Amino acid sequence: MTKTTVPESHRTHKYIDPEKAHQRVKKRVMINNIAHVLFFLTIVFAMAVLCVLIFNIIKDSIGWLDWKFITGKLSIKPEKAGIKGVIMGSALLMAVVAPVTLFVGVATAIYMEEYSKKGAIHALININIANLAGVPSVIFGLLGLTVFGRLFGLGSSILAGGLTLSLLVLPNVVVASQEAIKAVPNSLREASYGLGATKWTTVRKVVLPGALPGIMTGSILALSRAIGETAPLVVLGIPTLIMKIPTGVMDDFTALPIQIYYWTLDTVLTKEYANLAAATIVVLLGTLFVLNSAAIIIRNKFQRRY
Amino acid sequence: METKNSVKFKIENMDFHYGDFQALKNINLEIKENEITALIGPSGCGKSTFLRSLNRMNDLIENTKVDGSITLDGVDIYKDYDVIDLRLRVGMVFQKPNPFPMSIYDNIAYGPRLNGIRKKSVLDKIVEKSLRAAAIWDEVKDDLKKNALALSGGQQQRICIARTLAVEPEVILMDEPTSALDPIATLKIEDLINELKKDYTIVIVTHNMQQAGRISDKTAFFLMGELIEFSETDKLFSNPENKKTEDYITGRFG
Amino acid sequence: MERITKKVRLGSRLEKLVPGLLLAIASISILTSIGIVFTLVVDASHFFKEVPLSEIFSKELAPLRSKDPSFGFLPLIMGTLTTSVIAMLVAAPIGLMAAMYLSEFVKPKMRRILKPIIELLAGIPTIVYGFFAYNFVTPLLMKWIPDLGAKNVLSPGIVMGIMIIPIVTSLSEDAMSAVPKVIREGAYGLGSTRLETTVKVILPAAISGVIASFVLAISRAIGETMIVTIASGSSKQFTTSIIEPMQTMTAYIVEFTSGDAGSGTIGYYSLYAVGLLLFVFTLCMNLLAKYIIKKYRREY
Repeated sequence: MTKTTVPESHRTHKYIDPEKAHQRVKKRVMINNIAHVLFFLTIVFAMAVLCVLIFNIIKDSIGWLDWKFITGKLSIKPEKAGIKGVIMGSALLMAVVAPVTLFVGVATAIYMEEYSKKGAIHALININIANLAGVPSVIFGLLGLTVFGRLFGLGSSILAGGLTLSLLVLPNVVVASQEAIKAVPNSLREASYGLGATKWTTVRKVVLPGALPGIMTGSILALSRAIGETAPLVVLGIPTLIMKIPTGVMDDFTALPIQIYYWTLDTVLTKEYANLAAATIVVLLGTLFVLNSAAIIIRNKFQRRY
Repeated sequence: METKNSVKFKIENMDFHYGDFQALKNINLEIKENEITALIGPSGCGKSTFLRSLNRMNDLIENTKVDGSITLDGVDIYKDYDVIDLRLRVGMVFQKPNPFPMSIYDNIAYGPRLNGIRKKSVLDKIVEKSLRAAAIWDEVKDDLKKNALALSGGQQQRICIARTLAVEPEVILMDEPTSALDPIATLKIEDLINELKKDYTIVIVTHNMQQAGRISDKTAFFLMGELIEFSETDKLFSNPENKKTEDYITGRFG
Repeated sequence: MERITKKVRLGSRLEKLVPGLLLAIASISILTSIGIVFTLVVDASHFFKEVPLSEIFSKELAPLRSKDPSFGFLPLIMGTLTTSVIAMLVAAPIGLMAAMYLSEFVKPKMRRILKPIIELLAGIPTIVYGFFAYNFVTPLLMKWIPDLGAKNVLSPGIVMGIMIIPIVTSLSEDAMSAVPKVIREGAYGLGSTRLETTVKVILPAAISGVIASFVLAISRAIGETMIVTIASGSSKQFTTSIIEPMQTMTAYIVEFTSGDAGSGTIGYYSLYAVGLLLFVFTLCMNLLAKYIIKKYRREY
């Protein structure tokens, strides 16, 4: 080592005055404490917003949300309106979205994690899915309008809406399923091969059952996103007022978020539409609450089994 | 030879708990000014925990508890000190070089800036002084704007030492400062530590007994949370009083 | 014996088919992307053929005027930018402070409780936020700003900001938590307070993730539809006043598809042009975010 000959006076010269530094510490600690409180307030703010939002919606829905409202038919007269048909619309919509996304999403994930050789196609699909997840939902609406609505002639039917929403939430299901499949330990696969099982059998009998809780959680969350999506359906051109209760996937329909949208717009006409919208929001949020709780329960129950 | 240096740290009846686990039991020890005190012992013996209690780094870990007293120049560091004040006086160098992801200059100026030094001319002087004292000035003086992460491990560690010196502490704690370095970088740091002794009190944890022998004045041997033996380094290595110490330094231990 | 062989043979044929079938299904996501680009480009091209660029970049937007309709997109771009900027003014500071709090100020146990509260904000459907903005926030703001219109960009901007807080918080928190513990200890060892450690060391070290979170949040704000459709109105006047209504690109698309612009008219194609613009905007933002993360990722 090169001996650095530093003169004693230079070496020991102090530039920081300990007394001043000590005084500064008090100030610095105070600023730190102020920031601590301020940062904490952001969480309080988030909670407050949620509370105010939910409180106001419930307040507006009181007196409107009852059994008659849930089981009644739509009407031009606010006091008579019910949302049975709307609920049916959302339910049928999900009856399309759930199987389609589950099938396509899980198959894609299996292909990605178990079959593709981490090559160009693998990378392409991965990048593609990541980018699709960032495309605004209203653009999916345009895709649905053009392809499903006009090209396939499905119009603004439940099937058209369902397929559009399926594509929208597909990235969520694919990513969640990929994670779940990745989490299945390789030792299980090897054990299966060791018993002479083929790849497909291994996937069916070992990988999928192991990944099922994760896939379910991801799919339920995707479904809860789909059920609240409005923009793609509005773009599809869902008619403003549908009195008929839909029974099949080819029927025209309205769904919870769309009805909320139209009733909110109608608030200009009479304030009572705001109450109808609020009551419908309570139903929508309630559904989301149930779906999310189910997802959390499944996740907690089956988490880290290995 | 008993040194006449005054006592810097006085540790009395100190216990340390991580939750239910007692990591240190009834430690009594005096650390003297301008000496190098080495802490040795097998891993998990509590030597690092002890070191980190001296500037309350363990405060960052949940569920820890310190009993007994640790005084710095007669003032209890757990009761009568703001932890920030304490750390200004007791600096620390870590096992793995941990320069901040910023320029060499900003790394060194970080501490002085916290303490209110804003003037460029003063900061320049502190940076030069610290880098010189850490024996790395000649290697980096021409690219102080370079990101510190671009340096080699040994250089990074000397930057970290310089960064600690820039705050002008009285005590420097070193937690196995050379364990991540190659032999040449290790020797440079050891030389540097010997040089720093003139101006600072140094406490160093080392897993390397040769290192303890080479650089320290006093050595403390820890085993399973207890201080087994503490004496002059020469004496501890040549003529240990305790059988366990002897077993450990002669390599007969576990 | 015969039956088993048959079954094995059938199985092995299936075994060979599976990868191909799966690939076919997996390619649906790629077809979706192709479909989006194709749809937008084809229909938008009709629009760009008919409408000169000078008109597109004008302030006059009158798509439904029967005589000589005008398709200046500047009012829409202005509306989109204004709402997004307002949203970011809310989301960036609050989201970042929440991230700093969760990453550096609370214990892991507390973080696991508090982080979901922030993330709940992202789970509320945008239509609900739209209702909230229009029925609650706007009337509330009117108490302080008497000139505020029933439709304006301020209220949906703020509410959109609240909605995208979790994007900023989640990604920034991840980036900050990923800074190695030794760096944090280095800062504390020099006598930094928590705030100093966070702002002067952790934040700079995690800056790429933080900026990426901002970019993604902006992208989300640009593409957000229902809040602005409901609460910021459909005014096509070019204005810079945040207390007045403006129309965003997304709201324009909604208005036009749910309206009566017949297929084949320029008005109809204009919504694909706006859609294409929107798609390119958000795609660029998302790619930019990825680029930032990749380029400035630090190896410790």
